[in-house]
Amino acid sequence: MPELAYLLRLADDNVVIGQRLGEYISRAPDLEEDLAVANIALDHIGVAQHLYTYAGELEDAGRSEDDLALGRTEREFTNALLVEQPHDGFGELIARQFLFDAYQMELWDAVSRSSDERLAGIAAKALKEARYHLRHTSGWVIRLGDGTEESHRRMQAGIDAMWRFTGELFETDDLDLAAGVDPASLRPAWDSTVDEVLAEATLARPDDPYQATGGRRGVHSEHLGHLLAEMQSMHRTYPDLEW
Amino acid sequence: MTYEVPLVPGEQHEDATGAHDDHGWPLWEVFVRPKRGLNHTHAGSLHATDAETAVQNARDAYTRRAEGVSVWVVPSTEIHASDDAESMFEPFEDRPYRHPTFYDIPDEVGQM
Amino acid sequence: MTGEDVFQATIEADEKIEPRDWMPEGYRKTLVRQIAQHAHSEIIGMQPEGNWISRAPTLMRKAILMAKVQDEAGHGLYLYSAAETLGVSRDELQHLLHIGKQKYSSIFNYPTLTWADIGIIGWLVDGAAIVNQIALQGTSYGPYSRAMVRICKEESFHQRQGYAICLALSQGSEEQRQMLQDAVDRWWWPSLMMFGPHDAESTHTEESMEWKIKRVSNDDLRQHFIDQTVPQGQYLGVTFPDADLRYDEETGHWHIGEIDWDEFWAVVKGNGPLNRERIANKVKAWDDGAWVREAAAAYADKHARLAESA
Repeated sequence: MPELAYLLRLADDNVVIGQRLGEYISRAPDLEEDLAVANIALDHIGVAQHLYTYAGELEDAGRSEDDLALGRTEREFTNALLVEQPHDGFGELIARQFLFDAYQMELWDAVSRSSDERLAGIAAKALKEARYHLRHTSGWVIRLGDGTEESHRRMQAGIDAMWRFTGELFETDDLDLAAGVDPASLRPAWDSTVDEVLAEATLARPDDPYQATGGRRGVHSEHLGHLLAEMQSMHRTYPDLEW
Repeated sequence: MTYEVPLVPGEQHEDATGAHDDHGWPLWEVFVRPKRGLNHTHAGSLHATDAETAVQNARDAYTRRAEGVSVWVVPSTEIHASDDAESMFEPFEDRPYRHPTFYDIPDEVGQM
Repeated sequence: MTGEDVFQATIEADEKIEPRDWMPEGYRKTLVRQIAQHAHSEIIGMQPEGNWISRAPTLMRKAILMAKVQDEAGHGLYLYSAAETLGVSRDELQHLLHIGKQKYSSIFNYPTLTWADIGIIGWLVDGAAIVNQIALQGTSYGPYSRAMVRICKEESFHQRQGYAICLALSQGSEEQRQMLQDAVDRWWWPSLMMFGPHDAESTHTEESMEWKIKRVSNDDLRQHFIDQTVPQGQYLGVTFPDADLRYDEETGHWHIGEIDWDEFWAVVKGNGPLNRERIANKVKAWDDGAWVREAAAAYADKHARLAESA
């Protein structure tokens, strides 16, 4: 049986990035991209729902998926710092998503081999979706990196902005080990995918060794508080109601 | 309904001139095969810079409700059409024997 | 037989006009304008609803709302496609929207102030749109008619999810019931205005009807909507903000008070609550995305040339 905290970690990642993508719907460069962004957002919210529901059942304290997503505080959220970063434009949105998609590919692949059937099932479906997302976002990284001078500059800036939040994705703690998934072991494959795409995009792999950390321990950037305030506002203003 | 959006008194309609500028985002026609065993049918169109993007976008736009096992995209400029106007002048009734309804099969013979 | 004869015969036989057929210039122009404005309506409509994606009260409601707004983008896409068969480009139509020369359904100039507004939009606004779109399935222009069929299939989900939200509120707490009633009070009359002016005052109606672009009159559509909607409201336990609303036993129709045509024209003119903001947001998204579109085109061009020289 997976640990409750582990399920919450995975769920928190997905609900937060789903929330970020949801902010962008109707703001994309064109209709086709609005459709694509909405599609990815829906996938993430869907995975989050499955995971929170499972977590609620495991906990057996009567908390629903909504109680878990909309009733926990920023110090209780254990999403990675990467997903809570806001996007200043399409370049940053794609950078954040691409780096996360490449990680999710490796992560879900590993989790789909979990001895827990239910979690493995959720992971297998999420893996298919991650593959589709990665194809979409890597396509953009390449087109923008190797497009015009301006797009090259902006795409590089996006990668640079998000880079210091990638290290955290590969930290391993006891919770990971208990789940049988060692994030550090996912790093080489992620590096390989990312390097390949950056190269084709004529982009440089950022040099800065500094990596932020803390998300997995509930020590977030200042962004999460605002994101949760908005996301949780109805649940908190009108507690215990049906919608 | 108000898709016509009525003219405010004093206003004039300004018409689209057909000035064609794709900004390098050409139009693609989308064909979807909804199910094994069926033909691809025309579903609509969309703009994309290249075939791969067009296919991906077509999946998002035209198969959201899993209405497709296969998607084709073709640049609109590559569609070549018959001259439909001409065919309007030639009656199809010329060769009715091509149609099953021309034949009177007795019911006793069964389904044919 | 001339092209014009064929056109008339086709219209009379209730068959479809297709893109390469001869058609009167007025027919083509009217269609371009109407289909474009229909498409613009879908796109602008993403904003009032998109306003509540980040604050949806449950994950399920968030997902449903995202899917609905995504559908609206998709509907816009189908409609722009239909318009493009008439010899215009989506870019040009969008440009006309941005400079205010093409419009969109006025209903989307109203703000979504509470979660109940999202339910109301599904119930009333999509409800009204469906009444119109069902009629438009019979429109004479093939691509527009087919787009309508596709949209109608998807649209009933929209109305149902909206009504489901309203039902949940009506069966909820006192605060939720009041939230619902408040939303009805603000959206009822604007929904009725969605059907446009009385036909007698509508400059387009006669010609559009002759060409079978329009199949049912504004007033008939509006009456149909009222008759179907009032009982739905009664089921929810809400009242409509109309002291003159009454049922006519003889005709079987609900009669409404007089619509505030001043408000209607003010909003059409551009002075509704959010006209400027809706367009500003649309223009901003387009302008912000210019570098992306340029990059995609440049990349495709680069690689097409590489492929050629290989």
